Amino acid sequence: MSEQNHNGRRVGEVVLDLQNISLRFGGVKALTDISFNVKEHEIRAIIGPNGAGKSSMLNVINGVYHPQEGRIVFRGEERKKMEPHMAATQGIARTFQNIALFKGMSVLDNIMTGRITKMKCGFLEQALYLGRAQKEELAHREKVEEVIDFLEIQHIRKTPVGRLPYGLQKRVELGRALAAEPSLLLLDEPMAGMNVEEKQDMCRFILDVNDQFGTTIVLIEHDMGVVMDISDRVVVLDYGKKIGDGTPDDVRNNQEVISAYLGVAH
Amino acid sequence: MQFFFEVLIGGLLSGVMYSFVALGFVLIYKASGVFNFAQGAMVFFAALTFVGIQEMGAPFWLALILAFGAMVLLGMATERIVLRPLVNQPHITLFMATIGLTFFVEGLAQGIWGSTVRGLDLGIQDEPIEWLMDKAGILVSSFDLFAAGVAAALVTLLALFFQYTRVGRALRAVADDHQAALSIGIPLQNIWRIVWAVAGFVALVAGLLWGARNGVQFALTFTALKALPVLILGGFTSVPGAIVGGLIIGSTEKLAEVYLGGYVGGGIDSWFPYVMALAFLLVRPEGLFGEKHIDRV
Amino acid sequence: MLYREAGQFKTSYAADQQIFPIRQDRIAIGLILAVAALVVPFVASEYWIKAILIPFLIFSLAALGLNILTGYAGQLSLGSAAFMAVGAFAAYNFMGRIEGMPVLLAFIGGGLSAAAVGILFGLPSLRIKGFYLAVATLAAQFFIVWALTKFGWFSMDSSSGVITAQDIVILGFRFDTPVSVYLLVLTIVVVMALLAKNMVRSSVGRAWMAVRDMDVAAEVIGIRIMHTKLLAFAISSFYCGVAGALYAYAYLGTVEPEGFNLDLSFKILFMIIIGGVGSIMGSFLGSAFIVLLPILLDVLIQDFLTGLLPPSISSNLQLMVFGGLIIFFLIVEPHGLARLWQIGKEKLRLWPFPH
Repeated sequence: MSEQNHNGRRVGEVVLDLQNISLRFGGVKALTDISFNVKEHEIRAIIGPNGAGKSSMLNVINGVYHPQEGRIVFRGEERKKMEPHMAATQGIARTFQNIALFKGMSVLDNIMTGRITKMKCGFLEQALYLGRAQKEELAHREKVEEVIDFLEIQHIRKTPVGRLPYGLQKRVELGRALAAEPSLLLLDEPMAGMNVEEKQDMCRFILDVNDQFGTTIVLIEHDMGVVMDISDRVVVLDYGKKIGDGTPDDVRNNQEVISAYLGVAH
Repeated sequence: MQFFFEVLIGGLLSGVMYSFVALGFVLIYKASGVFNFAQGAMVFFAALTFVGIQEMGAPFWLALILAFGAMVLLGMATERIVLRPLVNQPHITLFMATIGLTFFVEGLAQGIWGSTVRGLDLGIQDEPIEWLMDKAGILVSSFDLFAAGVAAALVTLLALFFQYTRVGRALRAVADDHQAALSIGIPLQNIWRIVWAVAGFVALVAGLLWGARNGVQFALTFTALKALPVLILGGFTSVPGAIVGGLIIGSTEKLAEVYLGGYVGGGIDSWFPYVMALAFLLVRPEGLFGEKHIDRV
Repeated sequence: MLYREAGQFKTSYAADQQIFPIRQDRIAIGLILAVAALVVPFVASEYWIKAILIPFLIFSLAALGLNILTGYAGQLSLGSAAFMAVGAFAAYNFMGRIEGMPVLLAFIGGGLSAAAVGILFGLPSLRIKGFYLAVATLAAQFFIVWALTKFGWFSMDSSSGVITAQDIVILGFRFDTPVSVYLLVLTIVVVMALLAKNMVRSSVGRAWMAVRDMDVAAEVIGIRIMHTKLLAFAISSFYCGVAGALYAYAYLGTVEPEGFNLDLSFKILFMIIIGGVGSIMGSFLGSAFIVLLPILLDVLIQDFLTGLLPPSISSNLQLMVFGGLIIFFLIVEPHGLARLWQIGKEKLRLWPFPH
């Protein structure tokens, strides 16, 4: 393949392939027959009006919801029913629409939890805190400090996250996801509720993550300017159905998408 | 078979007593989302206050009115001093606060009225109904039947209150959504005060019936804890649930004691309701009549 | 002057990850331990050691156990006393049934038995939360006390389940003086507190807190909820179990199942609310508070209010003060004495120039 994304990075093979996904809650159809794929190293945006099923889509990808129909193929393997913590061990990390940080813990501890799947010591070793357990703790601390440096939040390391302003909390949540060194990062409205400067910072972090670590990113965002600027391909959902899929330019000119957003006289 | 029915009916009727306590829980939980662990202590407080006032020479009706007044005061003070400062705290914090309240109210009741066991006479005889004895050969106490009648009347009254009065409507609105109720101008704190007063009234009725049955004593507060499994069975938000749950717990507890207790040394009614509620929780966490709660991410 | 961390720079993450990163704290805790081990045995009266210090340490351990479960992992339990009972009775059985059983191993066996029972009663926590779980733990409370009373096997057929603890002998040394028992309890409690502190500052502890603060997010970042919750139940019950064994062996000597009733469970819950939910030190502060308060109240009533109040009022006043304090702390300082201590230290760092 010779596709290149905006960073000049080569977009690789398909890593995540969703085929004919349908999800129902009781009688309510949240997603109907949705198919799309995500390629290595790309930034893939999911857009759509409120209630279109965007967050449900992310929840399906990382195993919080189990779709009634459809196939999910991740890195060449078809996935059977999977619990969220298994998604984490496979290298899928995510952030949430409403910040889901651990409010009683410091920034450092929150980001340290992101590395939990990589910690090998049992509780007995940790209770003794000798040798391997201590070494492990310190090694992970170093990794976490890298994330902290990357996100420029050194000054708030020891602050309980509950005391931080909204924009910084979003950044810490991204940090927690990054600490897991994910190969696939799911971001649910990473810029919602931010001011212009914070949005610019967040965009920069997302692009840097994609560029420096080669992380594949799926993101939901309402700010069209941002979506069109940073994403390689965009999938558009409306009422749980896919109504558009393609490059930002394709989507921008798609008649169905325009009418979903602007409303049309039927 | 006769014996079985006797046990069953005895259990159902003692279940009515649990229902009374559970009813108070449900009212407060519905209106304010507070799991009021102190409801049992309130029952104890009410009964002790009533007996105490009666002992000072007051006639029945005066004692009843004064005890009700004391319950209203207690309820309002609780709302003002304990719950209002804790608004928007996690549910579990409020729950622990009501555990503190339990201790406080128990200490207060005994501090004022003393710790001795008192009898309470409502003037209703606790004797088997002869007619039933003759016809079916089943022992049913007239007192228990009276208690069941009071329960039915109380539930009807509460249902009417919720359904047809302005306060009742406001209450249901508050139970549905605090924020929305506030935004359309329902005075939340007034509603809470009323609910605590009503719960106090329910506690008084429960206290009188229980006191008349078993004497007014500290052990009442332990028996009142059985209302907790009742709630789990019936659901925290359902008035009929409290009644049905009470009946189920009361009857199964007695049946289990009679038919199973013998094999393991007896006294299993001390834990049977809890274990049953626990088993039930695993199958249906929202209770028989409760609303299913879905976590959203 | 005394409390300045200025000039203490951390040059490695190891230095920053210490239990007490500030030098003055290290000195203070060292001093407290030294006094507790070296000075107290010589100056404290027998009454102080037997009636205050030993129960204080044992309750601290139980509170520590409950704090792991409730404070760190966020699972409210009203059954801690029952797990103490399991520990006490299991230790008694290990001692009585196995010839030459070392007493420390029996204590550990008591803790492990309590952990097993804890896992069993922790299973419902996988489906239910909050006060539903609290009611479920009441089932453990009532069932365990009932079973220990009803089945003679648990108390090796003593009447109505009363057990009398065997003597504590370790490597030929008989712990029969209050001071020796006190030192033994002190050692066990300090070691277990240290282990607990290490756990809560490692990934186990972070997993507990993550489940407490937001379980859905915890699962998404790869924490196995079931494993984490059950581990909290097991370790918490282990601590309570060892505390229960010490309660029987080092404090009361003779106990019955009813001694581990709901009131004791509430007492331990109160310790962590007042001391500090989610704080190791809070467990100690809360325990000290709850052990000392009744004594203080008694002294107060006897010395200042004699004749003014009827004698029966004392226990009721205790109930009211306990209840009132719980409400007070929940409203004013939900993180308890431990948080007040922390605020005090922060003030001290800036003193005398608060800006």
